[in-house]
Amino acid sequence: MDIANILSLAFGEIISPTTAAYALAALGLAVHFGYSGLLNFGQAGFMAVGAYGFAIPTLQFNAPLPVAVLIALTSSVIFAIVLGIPTLRLRADYLAIVTIAAAEIIRYIVTTNGLTQVTGSANGLAGGFENGFVGLNPFPDGTYNVGPVSMNQDGFWIRVVGWTIVILACLTVWLLMRSPWGRVLKGIREDENAVRALGKNVYAYKMQALIIGGLLGTVAGMIFTLPRGAVQPANYSTELTFFLYTCLLLGGMATVLGPVIGAMIFWVVLSLTQGLLFGAIEIGAITFLTNVQAGQLRYILVGVALMLLMIFRPQGVFGNKKELAFA
Amino acid sequence: MTTQPTPVWLRGLLIIAAGLMAALFISVPAAQASPANSPAGAPTLGVTASVQAEEFQNRISGVLRNADGPLPDVRITATGNGFEGEATSSETGAWSIGVPEQGDYEVELDVSTLPDGAELAEGQQNPRTVTFAGTTNATTLFLFGEGIVLETTSFWSVLADRTVAGLSFGLLLALSAVGLSLIFGTTGLTNFAHGEMVTAGAVFAFGFAALGLPAPAAIVLAVVGGGLLGYVQDAALWKPLRRRGSGLVPMMIVSIGLALALRYIIQFNFGGATQQLPGAQGNVLDFGPVSITQNNLTSLITSLAVILLIAFLLLRTRFGKATRAVADNPALAAASGIDVDRVIRIVWVVGGALAALGGILWAYYRPGVSFNMGQQILLLIFAGVVLGGLGTVFGALLGSLIVGLFVEISTIWLEADLKYVGALLIMILVLLFRPQGILGRRERIG
Repeated sequence: MDIANILSLAFGEIISPTTAAYALAALGLAVHFGYSGLLNFGQAGFMAVGAYGFAIPTLQFNAPLPVAVLIALTSSVIFAIVLGIPTLRLRADYLAIVTIAAAEIIRYIVTTNGLTQVTGSANGLAGGFENGFVGLNPFPDGTYNVGPVSMNQDGFWIRVVGWTIVILACLTVWLLMRSPWGRVLKGIREDENAVRALGKNVYAYKMQALIIGGLLGTVAGMIFTLPRGAVQPANYSTELTFFLYTCLLLGGMATVLGPVIGAMIFWVVLSLTQGLLFGAIEIGAITFLTNVQAGQLRYILVGVALMLLMIFRPQGVFGNKKELAFA
Repeated sequence: MTTQPTPVWLRGLLIIAAGLMAALFISVPAAQASPANSPAGAPTLGVTASVQAEEFQNRISGVLRNADGPLPDVRITATGNGFEGEATSSETGAWSIGVPEQGDYEVELDVSTLPDGAELAEGQQNPRTVTFAGTTNATTLFLFGEGIVLETTSFWSVLADRTVAGLSFGLLLALSAVGLSLIFGTTGLTNFAHGEMVTAGAVFAFGFAALGLPAPAAIVLAVVGGGLLGYVQDAALWKPLRRRGSGLVPMMIVSIGLALALRYIIQFNFGGATQQLPGAQGNVLDFGPVSITQNNLTSLITSLAVILLIAFLLLRTRFGKATRAVADNPALAAASGIDVDRVIRIVWVVGGALAALGGILWAYYRPGVSFNMGQQILLLIFAGVVLGGLGTVFGALLGSLIVGLFVEISTIWLEADLKYVGALLIMILVLLFRPQGILGRRERIG
């Protein structure tokens, strides 16, 4: 069992593009759930819109990078509006069911065989949609070291872009939430009717929050898929949304840094448990598990962690107990 | 609020986890050995293939049939990633090759082993490349004769078939939906772990059957097990949470955590493969214009009988009256001398048993038992409940029937892999125009 290697792998997760994508999508959920009280269970759908909205125009019409990004963002706004119209007036549990259903509808549609030409159905899309992004890489070829982790120029480039976007998004959300607009949102979370009595259009504010959080999820979808060079529909199932909620609740749902730190903790813990379990199996310290089962054991722990968090520390690591979306 | 000492909590959760682990470990040898589904009299090659299929998590599989029926004893090989495997199709035409890792495999059908008169359709690639797409099972179909057999039956006959299948599917959904709706009605909890209770029923049934019990006994025991799971859940988790006065949204998120934990506990013990319950391949019965498989017919009758029984209990017994009173207004019910906790406990047991029965019937309907089978229909169950009106039992029945019929009938026009989309869209549309559902009351949406 190589402890140094396990630790360096875990450190690698802190800065990995997947962690950046999770952080960004969880930040979107913080806007939805933490600040506005909207129980959106369809964040995986927004991420899928980002990934497919970017990959399909690139592969089908050779769209240049900015156009593809713009198409993905526009699709995300449209999805948010279509999703918001029937649901934003509903109570939390209805909203949860409808948003989760909408995300699943997207996944079924991109998986159907009838659209194989466009979406690649269950196999997903690959074939160089990331080339435009890689082509913009200003870093010369070579090996780059961040702490104990080394990567090639493309890995370095996606990390720089991903984390820059995360930082910018955090700043934006922070500024938004301390603006009068953000105060109205928090007011809606606390007491919708009181805000309505003040003459605010609650529905419009909720819709704006849904769109902004959804856009963060969409950008996250692109960051998630770019380093992989492939879009796979199985990645965008409801479990993705639940993992994002785990990240969000870990960090603190009504905080800006909470989702980011939550995503880092989530991936570091997953990586550490995997490394330690596999290591222990390798040296024969654990004999009753196979490697596959060890992988599943980690997700059992995720589920139990989500339950325990919600029961004992719903405000997360950084959160303030007064700022919970529920009493 | 937080005066409860925490250790009680942890203990409760540990009891759940430990209990499930223990209960599921029983079925482990079964999942590994599954004697029930290797067809009798299959040639030895077929047996080796099915052994392989259980050695590895990943499988390539398919079914060989032409216009005359299944094609048995056809040899199929898969090569790739430094691995070679072969299988022979069983009496039902099904074949499956276990492979060590996901990736690209070249699959070849040995044309010389085809029975007389059967030949591959034009344009069928042989050998062909099969690629795994993030799942543990890759299917590939070889078409024979004229290729896709043109539908010669009339539209009305297809519609009748689909309607009967839809009724059968809708009623099995209703079993789970009624439980979910009862639980929601009495406790206000939207239980996202209900899908795992459905899976648990089927997994229990598979486990008991693999222990050598006859199918009916295994099914009854599995339903009892489902009720027990409901009881344990309520006693160890939901009752303490209610005592603590937890809000509905936190409870919903806790139920998601529970769903994740249960799903992977089941996969941990049961494995990722799909297994069959005994008698999963039944005969097709013809009644004039309508044909239905024997299993579907049994399932239809069983669920109808059980639902009628539940309706009778709710409407005609003291306990049913108490349940409806608790659903209506728990505080008032408690004030009039109803033991609310007892009612909720029994509702959980009944809900768990109904979900388990629904899961067993779902395993026959799909057909197959897998760790994520409950998750696949959870949203349809929700759709049924929401369509009918959250918290109303007869709404759940009506909504599930609509969902079941819609899913099956829509396959006449829609691609089969889109059939769930229609049902989910209908749910969203109904919420747009009648948010309280068909039988719901307006106050419920708050």
